[in-house]
Amino acid sequence: MNWAIAILQTVLFVALAPLLAGFLKFCKCRLQNRRAPSFLQPYRDLLKLTRKQPVISENASWLFYVAPYIIFTMMILAATVIPLIAVDMPTSESADVIVLVGFFAFARFFLALAGLDIGTAFGGMGSSREMTISSLAEPAMLMAVFTITMTASNTDLSGAILHILHSGSTLHPSFVFALFALILVAVAETGRIPVDNPTTHLELTMIHEAMILEYSGRHLALIEWASQLKLMLYGVLIANLFFPWGIAQSFTFGALSFALVVLVLKLVVLSIFLALAETAVAKMRLFRVQEYLGFAYLLGLLGMLSHIILESTR
Amino acid sequence: MILHLAYSAVLLSLASAVFALLQTRFNALVFLFLGLSGAFAIAAGVGELLDQTVLIDKIPLGLPWQAWHIRFDGLSAFFLLIIGIAVFVVSFYAPNYTMNEQKDPQSFAVLSLFTGLFIAGMMLVLLADDAFMFMIAWELMSVASYFLVAFKHENSANRRAAFLYLLMAEVGALLIILAFGVVASFADGFTFDALRASAIPTIWMSIAFGLALMGFGMKAGLVPIHVWLPEAHPVAPSHISALMSGVMLKVALYGLIRFCFDLLPEVHWQWGVVLLIIGTISALSGILYAMMQQNLKRLLAYSSVENIGIIVMVLGLSMIFLANNHKELAALGLVAALFHAFNHALFKNLLFLGAGMIHHQTHELNIDMLGGLIKKMPETSVLFLIGCMSISSLPLFNGFVSEWLAFQTALQVDVLDNGVLRSMIPVSAAALALTAALAAACFVKVFGLIFLGVPRSRHAEKAKEIDSFSMMIAPVILATFCFFFGIFPSVILDLLSGVTSHIIDATLPQTSVLTPLWLAPVSMQQASYSPFLILISVLITALVLFFFLHGKGATKARIVPTWDCGFGALSPRMQYTSNAFTMPLRRIFATAFLIDEKIEKTMRENTKLNVAEVRYSLHIQDHSWVHVYQPIERGVNRVAKQVGRIQTGNIRTYIGYSLATLILLLWVVSL
Repeated sequence: MNWAIAILQTVLFVALAPLLAGFLKFCKCRLQNRRAPSFLQPYRDLLKLTRKQPVISENASWLFYVAPYIIFTMMILAATVIPLIAVDMPTSESADVIVLVGFFAFARFFLALAGLDIGTAFGGMGSSREMTISSLAEPAMLMAVFTITMTASNTDLSGAILHILHSGSTLHPSFVFALFALILVAVAETGRIPVDNPTTHLELTMIHEAMILEYSGRHLALIEWASQLKLMLYGVLIANLFFPWGIAQSFTFGALSFALVVLVLKLVVLSIFLALAETAVAKMRLFRVQEYLGFAYLLGLLGMLSHIILESTR
Repeated sequence: MILHLAYSAVLLSLASAVFALLQTRFNALVFLFLGLSGAFAIAAGVGELLDQTVLIDKIPLGLPWQAWHIRFDGLSAFFLLIIGIAVFVVSFYAPNYTMNEQKDPQSFAVLSLFTGLFIAGMMLVLLADDAFMFMIAWELMSVASYFLVAFKHENSANRRAAFLYLLMAEVGALLIILAFGVVASFADGFTFDALRASAIPTIWMSIAFGLALMGFGMKAGLVPIHVWLPEAHPVAPSHISALMSGVMLKVALYGLIRFCFDLLPEVHWQWGVVLLIIGTISALSGILYAMMQQNLKRLLAYSSVENIGIIVMVLGLSMIFLANNHKELAALGLVAALFHAFNHALFKNLLFLGAGMIHHQTHELNIDMLGGLIKKMPETSVLFLIGCMSISSLPLFNGFVSEWLAFQTALQVDVLDNGVLRSMIPVSAAALALTAALAAACFVKVFGLIFLGVPRSRHAEKAKEIDSFSMMIAPVILATFCFFFGIFPSVILDLLSGVTSHIIDATLPQTSVLTPLWLAPVSMQQASYSPFLILISVLITALVLFFFLHGKGATKARIVPTWDCGFGALSPRMQYTSNAFTMPLRRIFATAFLIDEKIEKTMRENTKLNVAEVRYSLHIQDHSWVHVYQPIERGVNRVAKQVGRIQTGNIRTYIGYSLATLILLLWVVSL
């Protein structure tokens, strides 16, 4: 039974990811006074891509073919770790938050290699920039997450969420720092404005798009879906880690469906905020990104220190 | 029995050296002995780790009144296991590699002789139970490896690297002798048992620790005394570089652990802080410098500096916990450090052997001249990829497990009382995260530029796969281990609990879980990792995906030339190079390097706009060359000049010196 719910939750994660992307696009369009495509448009795009014949460069090696599958698999694994609507899933014990970061690193490793595989300048450019940004973002993310896990003295996400639920509504100043750090990192890692622009078509500013420039057909569908999933993963991580109220602690139908409704509300609020930010802020220069991520890291560090100095029981 | 296995391992590697010297027609015997030596070392190591009784022996060698004391316990056994695996594997790899590269029998004999001595020296260091034998074995290891570094001495740069190596090795050895001497002066005798029982005051203990840290740190390649390492390791033949980077550095770590955790009567948290800081600096600057290298073997050598830094950092954590009476957590730190040492030996050996294979087939080690090898050398590329994934600490591979354990150790900081420590350790954990992420970037560069893309030179274009089975089997074994111990780390971690109970008299916390399925170093409630379950879910997910997207209905991909934006003539030179790939990080971390970047433009016909030719040159130097080594070198030269003044060359002056000395001595005696 528990396993069935765990699998159901993962499937739900994967199935809802394009919807979140569609809703985000809807919000952005409305903010920019444009007519929005249907919420279901990302699903149609994915379906169209899977039906198309992939066109692949003659320079491609096996790694180029395999990478999309690996990337998507890693995102699915990450989805099994993050509690979506219920805590204490059997799958969540198999990996903690450090492994979660490891899954993202795994996917990124292959994405960057795939970018280098064809041997064009754009691919290399994208890989180089992606690895640069992620190597600055990863410590900031771990700092933010460690603040939470140290409070809960538990690096399992489920355990950390349960600890926060049970500790009542005490205000932790460290959580505020960690929350902002994690939001900054999430924006950078999912390739949103101001770090990267997912809709850009100007090659020199591309990061994520430059790496996947050579992909088409079902391979592109997998990569696109994986990046939508990544956005959702970060959204759920922020929503459930910092605002866990409403998540199901027992596997009854009532609790689960209530949790789903609450989760949808949380994600709607988050995506409205993200759309607002993306509309209000301009993309920054590549060499400003380290200041941005340095700030995120500093916030994470401040969170950690304020936990140690202010909140620790000793 | 187990001790005899260890002795046989030493004797067999000596036998391989002797056979090489005799230059019989049966050169294969040399490698057979080497392989057997490795196998015996593995057997002895595993046997002792399972058995867990401390074995003691005396051999009537050395000085007449001082027999060699031998002691074989868990810590020695674990490091002997590491050496054994590396030697066993290298014995498969070496025959083809040396036979092809060395046409003349003389150089073959030299190479094999010193390889045998080098390995015997490393093994004897682990067996030594008195300072005297320890230093003899240590010197055997250092000097034999000097000849290996100087092996291709036709090249003046190699001679210089070898001299630097010898110099640093000897200075390090002197410091170690001093460290032993300081402890021995408060003990009766040089045996390790006597040193353990010494009543040494705290201040002298700290001095001994400092000397040992510098001595062993010099050998292990800690920043800022690491400069010899990236010079010396790459110039040796590849399988020797593998042994030096993968194994010899571990012997230096063994010395540090033995000295600090075992021989010194107690540890202080301040030492732990020193280790933590030095380790963090080494890890970060090691990987930053590694990233900037174009020569593959230099890059791998710098990456060893990084990994040694990580290990020392975790050792520092362990020391801090130990000094604060959290023995179980200290055991966790020690286990993490030792497991990372083991893992590093596996994947660094794999990568160095891979580099050797690339060099063997393309005669090229410059990353910017390679490319596209994934199609020319498919098997090598898979093996090398596994090495890159392990060293980048990606889940499912062994490097990840030890790094995960290191993070778990650092996150236990809440038990400490000292506020400074509690805020410092998380910062170093974040530095560890940065190191891991940079390592991933570095090895994306390595694999991406060497194996992917389009060949950048004719050598790379014409490369072929290795056709020798024995040369291929070595990296295959290592890659299998990297994967196997990534999925079932408990095999090694179980063995390690015996080591910690010997050294610091503690094992992992009672609540910890180490089963083939689950890994929970503190308790199941705090953190758990199950690589096997993850592997199964990866396989299931991949199968489902493949079934849906690649099943019967899927259209076959169309293979076309790369889209060139309509400009035509894509050339391999348009690809990203090593310097281009690392440019953003070079700019962000600019203060970590001494960068000399020049762009020279030649204009056509004296106009200001029409560029005829652009030359770009980039030279990156290590800070410690300019700020540590060169001042010392200048200082030594200046002092030598001053001392030289008393050498007048006049015989009467020398007689005067003798007389003055005689009078002085008589005065001293009369006191």
